[in-house]
Amino acid sequence: MALKVELVSPEKVLWSGEATQVVGRTLDGDIAFLPGHAPFIGALDIAPLKIWPVGHDEHSGVKAAVHGGFVEVSDDVVTILSDVAELAEDIDLERAKSAYEKAGELLATNHADAEALAALKRAQTRLGILDYAYAP
Amino acid sequence: MAGGQERILRRRIKSIEATKKITRAMELIAASRIVKAQARVAAAKPYSEKVTSVIANLASGGAGLDHPLLREPEEVATVAYVVVAADRGLCGGYNTNVLRAVERAIEADRQAGRDYRLLLSGKKARSYFAFRDFDIHADFQGYSDQPSYEDARNLAKAATSLYENGDVQEVRLAYTRFISMGVQEVEVAQFMPLETPETTHETDEVPALYEFEPNPTVILEHLLPRYADARLFAAMLEASASEHAARQRAMKAATDNAEELKTTLSRIMNRARQDAITTEIMEIVGGSEALSHDQHDLVSDDLLADTIEGHLVELF
Repeated sequence: MALKVELVSPEKVLWSGEATQVVGRTLDGDIAFLPGHAPFIGALDIAPLKIWPVGHDEHSGVKAAVHGGFVEVSDDVVTILSDVAELAEDIDLERAKSAYEKAGELLATNHADAEALAALKRAQTRLGILDYAYAP
Repeated sequence: MAGGQERILRRRIKSIEATKKITRAMELIAASRIVKAQARVAAAKPYSEKVTSVIANLASGGAGLDHPLLREPEEVATVAYVVVAADRGLCGGYNTNVLRAVERAIEADRQAGRDYRLLLSGKKARSYFAFRDFDIHADFQGYSDQPSYEDARNLAKAATSLYENGDVQEVRLAYTRFISMGVQEVEVAQFMPLETPETTHETDEVPALYEFEPNPTVILEHLLPRYADARLFAAMLEASASEHAARQRAMKAATDNAEELKTTLSRIMNRARQDAITTEIMEIVGGSEALSHDQHDLVSDDLLADTIEGHLVELF
């Protein structure tokens, strides 16, 4: 048994295929989906999403930065809908780094800047994924 | 002098040829863009379909459908129009068709005592309504041949904020639907309040018992603006496919027309040239005839033949 997974952005389907496990984070916390999961709808946080395609494990799997969105699971079909989502290989490391520094500077002057907080979270998510992918 | 006419015609034919090259190139570009635009329409479908089905599942899962974007207004005093037109012309009636439809709808609203707000997408929409002294609430431009999701989101945000703070009680969306390569249709449809898909989705099937995280109402609150974005994005993509189709048709007609004009003008030009030649020969004949009458001898006939021959060599 495997899960059918689709990662969909408004402009196109980013990734689709069969997987043994999907891990993401909803607004309430981390969640993993295995085959046979109960029907589920959740709102996603800004966080990394990991997919274990059939025959792969955590280290060789698909990683994506998901900046908010939704996940629906029913009948072993996992659909992830996200306005803004990037696969690990599409992430620009330099841009993520500079975005991270910029957000940090903004937050140093104003701790409650919601936009900067969100930007920081997005940058952290991106960097987290890349470190993950590049880990020796 | 007949030669002058010929020169003018030759110049016109040249300029028509140049125009034809341009229109032909535009036709080919538009044709290739239609295919791309259609692919984008297709690529955007999964997202909007999924969002729709998630909303349907949320509704059957007991989400409170009391979201401001869903509430039917009691009375409509002001209507906002989201108008999707193009940035460029040279696409036949594409722009005017949408813009006229909106203008008519606004006129009808006025007679019913309703006010309007205009949210425009595309340079042509702006210039049309600005010229006619309409009050423009917001306008966006610079992307009509390849709209991105970001563009759709900005426009949807402007419409949503108008609707949510109560300035308008209804939002209508005017765009050109892409039905097929040959058929596009202007549509002015209700955009907000959003129509919930749940009513159409309700079947005898027992809905799956979903778990929700955090809870249906919160998810719906996040999801409905996305739904609005996706709907507008789909409309903008279709409009851009329609724009390219309209441009391709207009440019094809222009190319054909240039070809026809070229044929007609070449014919007139050739006739003018022939006329000039004939006239010249007639003059020579007339001249030598006059000479021969003066001298009354046989040599004149030879002289005539020689002169004609000499001029012919010069002419051809």
